[in-house]
Amino acid sequence: MTPDIGAPGQNAMETETDIRSTASRQIEAPDSQVARFGPDDPLRLDCGVDFAPLTVAYQTYGTLNEDRSNVILVAHALTGDQHVANEHPVTGKPGWWDLMVGPGKPIDTNRYFVICTNVLGGCLGTSGPASIDPATGEPYGLNFPVVTIPDMVRAQAKLLDHLGIETLFCAIGGSMGGMQVLQWAASYPERVFSAIPIATAARHTSQNIAFHEVGRQAVMADPDWRGGRYLLEGANPTKGLAVARMAAHITYLSDEALHRKFGRNLQDRKEITFGFDADFQIESYLRYQGMTFVDRFDANAYLYVTRAMDYFDLAADFDGQLANAFLGTSTRFCIVSFTSDWLFPTAGNRQVVHALNAAGARVSFVEIDTDRGHDAFLLDEPELFAAVRGFLDSAAQARGLPALVPVR
Amino acid sequence: MNAAPPMTPDDPIRTMALSDRRDLQLLADLIEPGSRVLDVGCSDGTLLKILESRHGIDGRGIELSQRGVNECVAKGLAVVQGDADHDLINYPDNAFDYVVLSQTIQATYNPRFVLEQMFRIGARGIVSFPNFGHWRMRWQLLTGGRMPVTEHLPVSWYATPNIHFCTIRDFVALVEELGATIERAIALNSKGNRIDEGASLRRRNLMGEQAIFLLSKPR
Repeated sequence: MTPDIGAPGQNAMETETDIRSTASRQIEAPDSQVARFGPDDPLRLDCGVDFAPLTVAYQTYGTLNEDRSNVILVAHALTGDQHVANEHPVTGKPGWWDLMVGPGKPIDTNRYFVICTNVLGGCLGTSGPASIDPATGEPYGLNFPVVTIPDMVRAQAKLLDHLGIETLFCAIGGSMGGMQVLQWAASYPERVFSAIPIATAARHTSQNIAFHEVGRQAVMADPDWRGGRYLLEGANPTKGLAVARMAAHITYLSDEALHRKFGRNLQDRKEITFGFDADFQIESYLRYQGMTFVDRFDANAYLYVTRAMDYFDLAADFDGQLANAFLGTSTRFCIVSFTSDWLFPTAGNRQVVHALNAAGARVSFVEIDTDRGHDAFLLDEPELFAAVRGFLDSAAQARGLPALVPVR
Repeated sequence: MNAAPPMTPDDPIRTMALSDRRDLQLLADLIEPGSRVLDVGCSDGTLLKILESRHGIDGRGIELSQRGVNECVAKGLAVVQGDADHDLINYPDNAFDYVVLSQTIQATYNPRFVLEQMFRIGARGIVSFPNFGHWRMRWQLLTGGRMPVTEHLPVSWYATPNIHFCTIRDFVALVEELGATIERAIALNSKGNRIDEGASLRRRNLMGEQAIFLLSKPR
């Protein structure tokens, strides 16, 4: 496949090489703060492995207050990373939640201290399959243990312990980030004052596991995957990973949004070509999405992180009763879903709400009307911002955080 | 009373009484400080806000309309999207000190079931509703022969979300059937003033435009 890219200036060979080297540098020497935990301080994983050494890369925004009560943990989604609100070191693009996090934004960094970690199994500095295994001096590849959402949360908790942060004022995240938020609330209820799981579910559905399997098979079918040893052999399964991304990207949008944005419009041509070039704008768009993704994401990391989502089933650890995960909780919850999200539809979010009600938890639930599908949580959705801002304000009042004095 | 906002069939606001804060104040007065309260059909959260400003009340809400829910959440209230007919079953027994149905009961599909759920979830229930036994209703039906349309109930029969109207007498009969106890039965006249609670049921049913009942669960 020769991706027919939509953006100018992206295919200059030199730039691409630069991006690749920047991307690979992020694995061992990220443009982020890092916490390292040595062999004497392992992380017990769900699969039974005591993992060490562990590196956790993270970004922070704002200022930690004196009693360390203003911490908001932002948890990123499958292909997100810790660069929430700063220019991305590889792509040069604004942070993925720039609209939500920053001075004066709903998650106001003038008021809150925001932490985002790269998840365990990721590829932007936290230990993952692309990291070097000190036992062999080579990248872990498939020798990296299979991690879970609870493992990701344990790694985050370990970082907070290391930073001397006892409680989170709020844990917030969308999609896989929302799974982490739910896990935080279930695993460490006393450490989470408030929680905002967005466009998520308490378990990954069969359909969603199916989509992930398609993505993984695309990666593994690429001859350059080399049984997961591509980094050692100087290859990169970019074609497989790009296809995985293309397929996944469709699930993040909606039929309506695709129709509105692209319709059946042709790409830089007046007529169809009776060939397999990207005749349609949507094809060109997807190819572009696939191609840019491989510059910043490690193929094995994609396998591991999708697997973690597949394994997520919060109720399973609580006798199959989701409400039991939240019994006696004093955490304040705000659940948000989007009408056109068919990947994490309202019904799945509502199951969480019902479980929280049954557990007697304090919960707010907003469904936001939008045609932008699952991706809506990353976009300019004023009702989302209003809900997050209002919820955080009221939680801050309950937590006794001082109100912001407007600066003249 | 202020000019009423335009009403459409999908408009969730059930009666104009909601914009008259007096009945909400009265209703709030029935709730003891420090209580846990579930407001079923909490609209834009006005009552929950009033309750929140009173010391120690832990208020939750359910609201059918997305607009209402979003407004409530933006105000920092613990409100979820849902409806009385389907979502009360998700709450555990005796989870609240009070369950409030403020101008909600007449918009439910199954008022009896909703009341049963109310008593299951809460130790006490507070129910307010427009009284269809009010003399003006009777007069309109008697003289015009058509379903009454009033300032408080401005929507025609085919468009109103209020599908189960009742009179004060009807309501009392249902409460008795359910075996619950009526602790207070307040009727408000068309000016929003309280009719003497010592007045006969007959008089309150005739003169009361709005009714507010404080009930305790069947033993």
